[in-house]
Parts: sequence; structure tokens; C-alpha cells
Amino acid sequence: MSVLPRFLFIALTVAAALAAGWVFRRIAVAVTRGELRKALRTAPVTACFGILVIALYVAVAMAAPLIAPYGENEVVGDQFMPWAAPHLLGTDNLGRDMLTRLIYGARNSVGIAFLTTLLAFLAGSFLGLLAATVGGWLDQVLSRMVDILMAIPALIFSLLFLTIFGTSVTTLIIVIAVIDTTRVFRLARSVAQTIVVMDFIEAARLRGEGLARLIFREILPNAMAPLAAEFGLRFCFVFLAISALSFLGLGIQPPTADWGSMVRENAELITFGDITPLLPAGAIALLTVAVNFVVDWMLHRASGLKE
Amino acid sequence: MAENATQPVLLTMRDIRIEGRSDEAWTEIVKGVDLTLHRGEVLGLIGESGAGKSTLGLAAMGFTRDGCRISGGDIHFDGIDLRKASAEKRRRLMGKRIAYVAQSAAASFNPAHRLIDQYAEVPVQHGVMARAEAERDAIELYGRLRLPNPGDIGFRYPHQVSGGQLQRAMTATAMSCRPDLIIFDEPTTALDVTTQIEVLAAIRDIVTQFNTAAIYISHDLAVVAQMADRIKVLLRGREVEEAETRQMLAAPKESYTKSLWAVRSLARPAQPTPDKAVPVISMQGVTASYGAADVLKQVSFDVHKRRTVAVVGESGSGKSTAARVITGLLPPREGQVLFDGQPLPRDYRKRSRDQARQVQMIYQMADTALNPKLRLRELIGRPAEMYLGLKGRALEDRVKNLLDLIELDPATFIDRLPSELSGGQKQRVGIARALAAEPRFIICDEVTSALDQLVAEGILKLLDRLQQEFDLAYMFITHDLATVRAIADEVVVMQNGNVVEAGNRDRIFVPPHAPYTELLLSSVPEMDPDWLTRLLAEHKAKSEGASGA
Repeated sequence: MSVLPRFLFIALTVAAALAAGWVFRRIAVAVTRGELRKALRTAPVTACFGILVIALYVAVAMAAPLIAPYGENEVVGDQFMPWAAPHLLGTDNLGRDMLTRLIYGARNSVGIAFLTTLLAFLAGSFLGLLAATVGGWLDQVLSRMVDILMAIPALIFSLLFLTIFGTSVTTLIIVIAVIDTTRVFRLARSVAQTIVVMDFIEAARLRGEGLARLIFREILPNAMAPLAAEFGLRFCFVFLAISALSFLGLGIQPPTADWGSMVRENAELITFGDITPLLPAGAIALLTVAVNFVVDWMLHRASGLKE
Repeated sequence: MAENATQPVLLTMRDIRIEGRSDEAWTEIVKGVDLTLHRGEVLGLIGESGAGKSTLGLAAMGFTRDGCRISGGDIHFDGIDLRKASAEKRRRLMGKRIAYVAQSAAASFNPAHRLIDQYAEVPVQHGVMARAEAERDAIELYGRLRLPNPGDIGFRYPHQVSGGQLQRAMTATAMSCRPDLIIFDEPTTALDVTTQIEVLAAIRDIVTQFNTAAIYISHDLAVVAQMADRIKVLLRGREVEEAETRQMLAAPKESYTKSLWAVRSLARPAQPTPDKAVPVISMQGVTASYGAADVLKQVSFDVHKRRTVAVVGESGSGKSTAARVITGLLPPREGQVLFDGQPLPRDYRKRSRDQARQVQMIYQMADTALNPKLRLRELIGRPAEMYLGLKGRALEDRVKNLLDLIELDPATFIDRLPSELSGGQKQRVGIARALAAEPRFIICDEVTSALDQLVAEGILKLLDRLQQEFDLAYMFITHDLATVRAIADEVVVMQNGNVVEAGNRDRIFVPPHAPYTELLLSSVPEMDPDWLTRLLAEHKAKSEGASGA
């Protein structure tokens, strides 16, 4: 391809994506009501595209066994078959259907990443809010522990622990969750610190409110917007971390379909000019971009910026 | 003053309309205002918050804040059409021929640069002066604005000088190119009364010296009366009336203007002096400190049932610290606080639920004192639920009853968020929250200082009514002596952590005063355009007398 058609192709793809977002917004505004509808109406097209993509991923992940043409680990033909019916995206290094693996990969990769992020968030936010609210030695102990964990490069830390405890999905989730908890802790603590000094917290303390009420009723609702935005961003990082570990062979183990390891397993095809191994990578990239679009929008709303 | 009208016209604004964007729609903020300003003339813009006075002031520079746009009218500055002028042309006017002084000098100065660097920036940028020349000029202007050590104050960083000095340095910076027009947006609102005088005098002098025209925006009529040749009153984006200052003060035409004047005359009858009864709250020889420095020194005073004690002083006098000691947020180093004759535990965490209930607090900034994510139902209901154990139906009835008390319709307001209320309504909710605990003592910390005069008056009347109804004792922290005169039974004057003078209101406001009380009282601007001139003359005479002796 020469430069011009390639440029045209990119422009068309972007235009199609934005158009999809626009159509999605029209439909979404028509079927929702109340606050949600108001929020959607003001959402930028990019955010709508992001929501659409995330929704598609979730749908694919949930309905994987229904839409996938073959079984997850079923060997259906020769290895590295080209793109042709009935194997629309060819087969992989063991002769498994690529499309099927991609669909199941959505379930495994996205599911595990979501679970990990959720865990990191529950722990990180709670500890961060606790540290900011109680302050004093508890804050010192928690913050210094987090500092120590953060001083170790994340990849080395996870490689170390995965080698020690073995590479099961549970270990993977826990190790990455622990690493990300430290980041969430930092954010939650700093957000809460600006809230804790406000008069309404002083009023609640003078009233004699307990710690739980302070954290969950007085502080958390006010810290929700930045935390939710961080959730989206963190999800991307977790996703990439898991993919990276899978690529290195320490993440999700075969024969489970996972986008990270799929890139590695089929990497040699690249040398023949076949782009098949880039498909799972593309799936990762698309989801990351989509999530970031939505996060940008949420951050914008959270900061209360008006155009 | 009168000769200004004979000078040529500098600025004309015709039928100015400005719109602001909110909730996806443009609403008009300024609805067709005309304004004419001659060279060397000072125009005062008066109005409540939301009247559009700042927006109009900025529009005089052809500028609007983000989310606003000028939708109609003409702005001519010295023959230049500011609405049609290119951005580049306007940029060359800004700072050089039109300057702006914002309310908070602390927020307007860049904390990372020295004052003189920020002074020199504009003239050097516009090619008016070279850097060295600008520095010499700055030192001269600092001297004219009577800043201490004009030779080196410019070489300090903004945090190294006081608030009043910073505001004067800001005025000097605005003056650096000797502009034809300066817009002052509430330049003294954040300052103490005694500091305010220095700044007002300095601004007035320098504007006269350089024959600079000015638009002086303020909500404080007495201040504007000192500064302006003419006054324009705005209400909700429209002009109410405009007249020469003396004429406006002597004979306001419109009823709204009259109502602005009338606020100052609020006064309630003196309460009967307490018998020998035990005071509700008694501070006894309290000394408290942050770190090593004592911020309260041997402070003692009593607050009796159904009486209001006003604690008066400038920032740093320790009046808010006294409140923190009473609430238990800052345990005193010496002395104690008695409630009904019984000592209160020094730390709020050691107080019983009932002790916590009896002492409630209303804050200055209702914005930060109410959790923005909770609805009024919970905001007001929570103390009643906690302290009185009310639940379900009974709790809802109590909240409705409280909303009635603060004159907000329960049906409309019970499920609103604080962001859906006006400033005055928020402060009322703060009052309702304090009342919900059914306390006997309430600390009011500058509760009206963030509010417009008319709204503040409503709050004061409400507090007064509630006091009668529920036998409350108030401790009223304020720096505003007009408020003290209106509502206090007793006054405690504080300076540097000491009680300078204390006693019944009538005694404090009648001479002889303690020297500091005298200074405070004399510093409150009066509705007399000659007040500042007279006061400065008095100060001068006094200091000459002192040096002569």
C-alpha cells in the first residue's frame, strides 16, 4: 500500500468509530432516563465509542460459549492455517481456531483483569481512606509499607512472587492486586486528605460519629469521582500487566486462551508477514483506548470543568 | 471630585449584555447596562453577589470569564471599539492601559516569583520600560503606596509580606504602566478593618496622583462611599440607579437602594442582665497553644442563658481558637471550660454524647460545612437520629419541623443537595443542623461574613428568634462591628490572644474605650464620604502630636 490509501484507511476507521459512538449515543439517550440520560446526552462521541466497545467486550466475554464456533481448546485443523472459511481468522500454532480463542480470551483476560482491579480497589481505597481519616501512627505504618512495596519495580516483584508461589490464576490475581493496591492507596489517601480537613468532617467528629460512618458516609461519597476514574485507568494497567506476564510465560497458563500468551505463541507468524498474532494485541489496544476514553470523560465530569 | 466630569470621556459601555453558560443553555447575567467613565473618575459598582458587578467590571476590559460571552452592546475605550478589536490589539491594551486588581492578592500573585519580578513583567513585556528602570519605578511606587521599606520589599516573595501589604503591592503592579483605567474587584474584602484603611487610603491617593480612572467594585457601601465619585447600584444584572456619591447617600431614590442602607440600622433590644445564675459556658483562665506559641493567654468569660456574647478581634486574635477550646478540638494547656458549672473534658473524644450534644457549632463557610453529597434529610436528621434516637416517621417529622423553623419549605427542600441551595439557604441548613441536637449553647463562627447584607440580616433575625424560642446561649465570633452592635448582649474584644476589654454592649460602644477597642471602632467605615479623609487627618494629627511630644 502506498501512503495515501493507508492514510485514507486510518481516517475512515476513525470516522467509522466516531460515527458508531454517535449512533450509540442517540440510541442510549433514547432508551435511558433521568440522571443517566442527562449524563449521556452531554458525553463526547469518543466516550460513547468507549462505552460501546466496553459493552461489546463484556457481551462477548459473557456469551463466549454461545458465539464461539468451536471449543476453547479444540484442535480443529493444521497449524497456522490461513484466513478462510470455516476458520475465518485461521488457526494457531497447535491448530486451534483463532476466532474461538480470541472470544474465549476476552472472557479470561478481561475477567481476570476486572477481578484483580476490583480487589485492588476495595483494599486500596479502604486502607487509603482509613489512613487519611485516622492519621497519626496508623497512617505512618500503612504509608511506609506502601512506600516499600512501591520501591520494588512492579514487574520484578510479580515475577519474584509468581516464581515462589507458582503460576496459578489465584496467585496471579493476588500478586497483581497487591501491587496495584499500593497505587490506589496513594490516590485514595491524598484525595481523602483534602476532604478530611473540611468543616463538615470536623462537624461530624464533634458530633461523635464513628470511624465507619466517617469513612463510608462522609468521605467516600466525596472521593467517589476520582476513584471511579482511577478504576478505569488502573484496569488498563492491570490488563497490560497480565498480558505482559502471560507473554513472558508466567501469567495465565496454557491451554487457557489469553490474549497475552496468544501473541507469544503465534509470534513467529510475524516473520512471514502474517498479522494474525497482532489480532489479540489489537484487542488489548482497543479495549485500553476505549476505557481511557471513558475515563477521560469521567475525570472531566469529576473535576467539574465546563467548556 | 466634580471637576472629573469636565474631563474627556474614557470609557463608554452601551447596552451591555453578557450571557453565562449553565446546564447547556445560555442565560443572561448582565441585562443591558450602560456605563460612562471620564478620565480620572472613580465609579463605584455596588450590588449583592450575582448582581453581575464583577462580570461587568471585566467586560470593561473587553474580557469575560470562561463560560461567559458578551452577547450585545458596544464597549469603547478611548476611541477603540473593544468588541471589534483583534485579540492582538486588546492584548496590547491589557496591563498597559487597562489594569485589573483582584479580590485576593494572595491568589493573584505567583508564589514562585518575587514581587518586583511580577511588577516588572508587564512594563518590560509591553516595551514601556527596561528592566532596571522598572525596578527603580517599582521602588518609587511602593514608597508612594506607603509600603514599609520600599527599597527591599519588592525582593520578597508573596508569602513573606502581610495581606494588606500584598494588596498594596498588587495595586502598585497594576499601576506599573500608569494605565488610564484600573478595575478594582473587591480589593479589601478579605482584609481586617484596620488593614483595610491603609489599603483604601493608598489606593485613593495613587489614583488621584496619576489621574487614573477606576471602577471600584464592592458589596460594602461604606467603603465605596469613601472611594467613588459616582455610584452605580446593580441588581440581578440590571442597573437600579446611578448618582453622585453624596447625592446617593443623602437621598437614594429606589426602594432597593434604600433597603441596602437600612440594613445597618438593625438592632435588637438589650436582654435583661443575668441574675446570679450559673453560666451555661464559662471559660476560666484558658491558655492554649499551637506548638510553642500561645495563641490564647489566660482567657476568661462567661456566656449565660438567652444571651449572646460577641467575641471580636482581627485575624490572629485568637477568637476562633477560643471556639476550638470550647468544642474540645484544641485541648487547653491551662484553665478549664465549665458547662453548667461542671468542667467539660478537655478533649472532644472524651466527652459524653450528651456533652457533645449541648455544644453545637455553626460555621462561616456553609459550603464546606455541609457534606455536598448528602441530602438535607440526612444532613439535618443525623444529629436528631444520633442524639435523640429518632427513627423513621418521627425523624422525618422532626426534620420537617426544623425546616419550618429555618423558613424553608419542607416539601421542596427535604430531598435537595447543598449545591441546589443559595448561600443564605445553606447557612440556614447549618443552623438547622445545630438545632437538631437540641443544644443549649451554639458557637456561631463568622456566620454572616460570607453573605450579602440583606441575606445576613435574615440570618441574624432568625438566630435571634430561635434564641428566644429555645433559650439558647450564643457565642458569636465576628470581625464585623456592625453585626455586634445589632445582636450582642455582651462583647469580648480580643487581641493577640488576650481579652482586651469585656462587658455589656452598651458599655463597650460608649467611650472611654480601651485603646485597641478605640482603634477597631474607629476603623469601621461609615456611610459618610468624608469619613476616611477625617480619620486619616486624625491619625496624622495624633502621630505628629506623639512625635512632637
